Amino acid sequence: MSLSQAETVAVAPEETGGSLGRDAWRRLRRNPVAIAGALLVTLFVVVALLAPWLAPYPPDKPVGQVTPVSIPGPSAEHWFGLDDLGRDEFTRVLWGARWSLVIGVVSLLLGMAGGLLLGLLAGAFGGWVDGVVMRVVDMMLSVPGLLFAIGVAAMLGSGLDAVMIAIAVVNMPIFARLLRGQMLAQRRSDYVLAATSVGVRRRRIVLGHILPNSLTPVIVQGTLTLATAIVDAAGLAFLGLSSNDPSIPEWGRMLADTQRYLSSAPLLAVFPGLAIVIAALGFTLLGESLREALDPKYRR
Amino acid sequence: MNTPTGPAVPGSPGGPPDGSAAPGEPLLSVRGLKVHFPIRKGVLLQRVTGYVRAVDGVDLDVGRGMTYGLVGESGCGKSTLGKAVLRLVEPTAGTVRFNGVDVAGQSREGMRRLRRHMQMVFQDPLASLDPRQSVESVLSEPLRAHGFAGDRSRRVRELLDLVGLPAGAAARYPHEFSGGQRQRVGIARAIALNPELIIADEPVSALDVSIQAQIVNLLEDLQDQLGLTYVVVAHDLAVVRHVSDVIGVMYLGALVEEASSDELYAQPLHPYTIALMSAIPIPDPEVEERRRRILLTGDLPSPVDVPPGCRFHTRCPFRQPTRCADESPDLREMRPGRKVACHWAEEIAAGAIRAAASAHDPTATEVGTPSS
Ligand SMILES: Nc1ncnc2c1ncn2[C@@H]1O[C@H](COP(=O)(O)OP(=O)(O)OP(=O)(O)O)[C@@H](O)[C@H]1O
Ligand code: SF4
Ligand SMILES: [Mg+2]
Repeated sequence: MSLSQAETVAVAPEETGGSLGRDAWRRLRRNPVAIAGALLVTLFVVVALLAPWLAPYPPDKPVGQVTPVSIPGPSAEHWFGLDDLGRDEFTRVLWGARWSLVIGVVSLLLGMAGGLLLGLLAGAFGGWVDGVVMRVVDMMLSVPGLLFAIGVAAMLGSGLDAVMIAIAVVNMPIFARLLRGQMLAQRRSDYVLAATSVGVRRRRIVLGHILPNSLTPVIVQGTLTLATAIVDAAGLAFLGLSSNDPSIPEWGRMLADTQRYLSSAPLLAVFPGLAIVIAALGFTLLGESLREALDPKYRR
Repeated sequence: MNTPTGPAVPGSPGGPPDGSAAPGEPLLSVRGLKVHFPIRKGVLLQRVTGYVRAVDGVDLDVGRGMTYGLVGESGCGKSTLGKAVLRLVEPTAGTVRFNGVDVAGQSREGMRRLRRHMQMVFQDPLASLDPRQSVESVLSEPLRAHGFAGDRSRRVRELLDLVGLPAGAAARYPHEFSGGQRQRVGIARAIALNPELIIADEPVSALDVSIQAQIVNLLEDLQDQLGLTYVVVAHDLAVVRHVSDVIGVMYLGALVEEASSDELYAQPLHPYTIALMSAIPIPDPEVEERRRRILLTGDLPSPVDVPPGCRFHTRCPFRQPTRCADESPDLREMRPGRKVACHWAEEIAAGAIRAAASAHDPTATEVGTPSS
């Protein structure tokens, strides 16, 4: 019995224990930046989901009189005023959240699925598969993001589908490289060597150890990508590459349509602009604090 | 302390993989082992521009029940050697025979089964544990992988008890433990399958000095209880001195001296060992008084550019104008049980060749202290 009676296990108190996930959640809840991000994201998502019930007017019909030189500003009936076609601006900003969310989520899911598949192939097999995948990824990444998206959208002939596909394509290599890099790093780590030496089979090592430990940065990147997807979608719409149906209230398009009236109704540009900033800021703050909460370096 | 009940794994627990070892053959036998990592340059077409010669021709034998201490400066290839023995990195050349079985000839599945008998304890205990895995899961994984038939959670508790952790540790995660406790978990995992050989790669160098002795004691106790054979890696002689039967001194990927622990201490033969040893204080004040500390000049060469001739000649305080710079010394048996890779070992031992005066320069770098 010469063993270590001295070093009895001072097991940590209950509050600090638990798995990686529970630990991260606890730290997330205590971080004011995370809470601010979560509030903004919640606001955005609630508005997007409930727009039809929250909006006081129909989004696509004129509800007041406007001429190019007199566009009524904010009032008691129309909180954000009317737009250049006499529609209620507040209603359109609310509905815009809906379109932003749809475009953001769909393009994120598409891009993430494609990217993760490529990254998984490269990371799990290595060798020439890795070589080919990574050459393609490097080529795609060498083109600046928005420029690439513009090219793809223009090639697909503009429209909502084109915008979503373009943004997905731009994000694909980012996810591919992220997952592949993570998996390769994990593959060389000591705990993978340890699992190999106790006889865990390769498939279980990849799926049970390497993949779960590689996904944390993917979750973080996904949150951050929602922010850029929303901004990119607005950018493409602003450039006229999105749907040309004027009845669709989309923030980027609203910005583009109202720039002619900047002198008579400057607020028409401010509201959708602010909405874009709030949505993007929410996802960015949440993503950054997730990154911090999930990083093992910040743990004891 | 419980006596370990062998896990009911198919095949005799801890028994020889296929019993093909000749009588008297060492449990582990390594010949001419090399691990060279290619250095690749270029973005599109990756050309190999050189090699990191991490392990560069190592021969060693470890007898059953013995402890082999492997000592050398940081970066000299100790971890790589350990991993190559378990084929966790693929050797470039040479053979590893475990219990008479050629490790290189094994298929993936054959290797998986063979590794049941040879395990590793890692240098960085935290990095060696999956942060998402509870201790219960860490310890039952080897049992599951090899089809352990008995009660897994009982075996897990048994293993925890063997390494001096309470049963409650099973539900905890690696980040909730101290360094010493994590290393106990790593050791428990290594003994889970009742292996014969354990390669302990600097098992205590990441730990507080106050805990190091406890972990070393634990390893010794387990050796007695389970009849283990050890290769214990360390970057200074102090750690391996008391636990090792035989000590091998490694420099830039190769062994430069090998002897029984006692003999090595009584009279180091290789200039590198002499320098390492002179850095350790000796308890006998008279001896301490008379001896001179030998300090090495110059930096440790990179394993990418291993010096030609004797690999130690760029720093050797005994360097001679002939042979040292152009003829590579083999690890030869100078006398029974004493192996040394130096052309001038006899003359140095006899005192006919003395260390250069500059070796006593107090500004020179000292070996034996890790450079990082
Ligand atoms: N996968 C690898 N690819 C390229 N070089 C490597 C690789 N692994 C190790 N090396 C290099 O091989 C050399 C020996 O490394 P190794 O980790 O075996 O040394 P060590 O003796 O264990 O050192 P330490 O005491 O710091 O643990 C080092 O120069 C290291 O940079
Ligand atoms: S061979 Fe020469 S350089 Fe090498 S250790 Fe011996 S004396 Fe020193
Ligand atoms: Mg090492």
